[in-house]
Amino acid sequence: MHVPDGFLNAPTSVATAVFAAGTIAVALKKSRTELDERTAPLAGLTAAFIFAVQMLNFPVGVGTSGHLMGGALAAVLVGPWTAILVMSVVLITQALLFADGGLTALGTNITLMGIVTVAVAWFTVKAVLRILPKRPSSVVPATFVGALLSVPAAALVFVGLYLVGGEADLPVGALVATMLGWHTLIGVGEAVITSLTVGAVIATRPDLVYAARGLQPDLVLKTAEGDVVAARPTAAQGGASARRPIAGFALAGLAVTLTLAGVASFFASSNPDGLEYVAGEQGFLSSARDHLFGAFALADYGDVGGIPVGVAGVIGVAIVIGAGLLLFRYLARHKPAGPETPVEPRQDVSA
Amino acid sequence: MVAGHSHVGVHGHSVVHRLPAQVKIVALVAFVFTVVLTPREEFWAFFVYAALLAVVVAIAGLPPRLVLRRMVVEVPFLVFALLLPFVSQGPQVEFLGLTVSESGLLAAWNLLAKGTLGVVAAIILAATTPSRDLLVGLQRLHLPRLLVEIATFMVRYLEVVGAEMHRMRIARESRGFHASNLGHLRVVAQSAGALFIRSYERGERVHLAMLSRGYTGSLPMMDARSATASAWATAAVLPFAALITATAAWIAS
Repeated sequence: MHVPDGFLNAPTSVATAVFAAGTIAVALKKSRTELDERTAPLAGLTAAFIFAVQMLNFPVGVGTSGHLMGGALAAVLVGPWTAILVMSVVLITQALLFADGGLTALGTNITLMGIVTVAVAWFTVKAVLRILPKRPSSVVPATFVGALLSVPAAALVFVGLYLVGGEADLPVGALVATMLGWHTLIGVGEAVITSLTVGAVIATRPDLVYAARGLQPDLVLKTAEGDVVAARPTAAQGGASARRPIAGFALAGLAVTLTLAGVASFFASSNPDGLEYVAGEQGFLSSARDHLFGAFALADYGDVGGIPVGVAGVIGVAIVIGAGLLLFRYLARHKPAGPETPVEPRQDVSA
Repeated sequence: MVAGHSHVGVHGHSVVHRLPAQVKIVALVAFVFTVVLTPREEFWAFFVYAALLAVVVAIAGLPPRLVLRRMVVEVPFLVFALLLPFVSQGPQVEFLGLTVSESGLLAAWNLLAKGTLGVVAAIILAATTPSRDLLVGLQRLHLPRLLVEIATFMVRYLEVVGAEMHRMRIARESRGFHASNLGHLRVVAQSAGALFIRSYERGERVHLAMLSRGYTGSLPMMDARSATASAWATAAVLPFAALITATAAWIAS
């Protein structure tokens, strides 16, 4: 998915580079809260891990194999800000040392694979964790959903960038449909392997998984008579304080999703028959149409009746999220109580 | 696997090798930007660019076969470029006996030419600059210190983590494991999980070792060569020649 030079025009490349640089600057400050002064060695080793894991091929189907992008994995394991740094470093190294991804497209690649995947995965994981029972193993299904959404989200942003600064004249509806369809499939692969990997880490070192922090079960006290008394969590354990930022995250995630849906569907349907077109009868492409997009032609279709369509997209997302919430509520209530995870003392590191 | 990748440098003593890394990075980024800005209809300009890069490869004494072999990274986009003429819309033209979209054909050429030039430029940079120097160069270019430190640790431990992964693969295979269907994903994922724990714990040990040697939160950076004016002038030849070509192309179009 590395974008090469010449794929997007220069203004778009510069714009994404500025966006990526700004986000990295914020992440540099914020990552200190996730890893304090250990940032350099730990983020460096995590970057090496992500780089290595991207080389780990797994079979996808007949004779083909795929590999991880790693944005969702990094976000869940080391926290979103550190993950942005880790992914950026991986992408910079790949561009400079391995000619993978263009030098001028570096900002685009960091934006797509380092920022969008991490942000979407993280907001989704936090939102899903709010509905699931509060225990470390809940991170695994949450990671599945987060990784699943992160890949098509990056594909959507890519399509958006392409519409603004792309160098070819592709039919919009078909582009959105094929990119979304293909990347949803890729997203399933990413979700399966990311959640299994996170599950493997949680099984042995739950304290290492950033997204599982604050999800340890409450202490249970047993009196001499054998009565079980729930211990009150103290403020230090972060029982109450862990809640509030999650609500913020969920709201922000919702806002991002709604904006994406509104804006993306607006673009998608300015070519009304694009989707049916792919679905079908006429083959992938046949009729010659007027050029819909020159460079920066966005202004041209501000009034193609896009607003109702954008609204429809937002309503669609609202319905999907509502159905999802109900489903998760139901699942959470009817799940058999899992085996008590023993409270492990934090292992000390032996050098 | 990883071991093969980390020796991307080609030893040499040419002018290109001797230039400080930061100068080369700036020159190549300027060159690639000029290429991207060139109007795609001016076909001849891209051949001039290719010739310029060929001259640099010759001066650096890089084996052409090595450059060609490393160009395989662009294969996915070659495939995409080949598809473009068939999926784009707009007026149709005859090309090599096929009816294809004119704008798609131009877009394919655009991607092919600019993408390839960018890849070759990056290969020249990586082949003539040791990865450590590249990082020092990035620091001279005022990339944030923390980012350079993370990159330094990553490059330094890439081989270690890769070797760890390799050992785990040997352990799996010596027990008869062979990934052949989707059900085996769980095993691969467990290896990835174990690899993360090992990498992270190694990071913690490295940090403790650094603390015991007086680490206070930032690494001392050594031997950052400052670039002389003549080095900048030498490196500027390439983007300058490209700029002249691009200007001619803009005037012609």
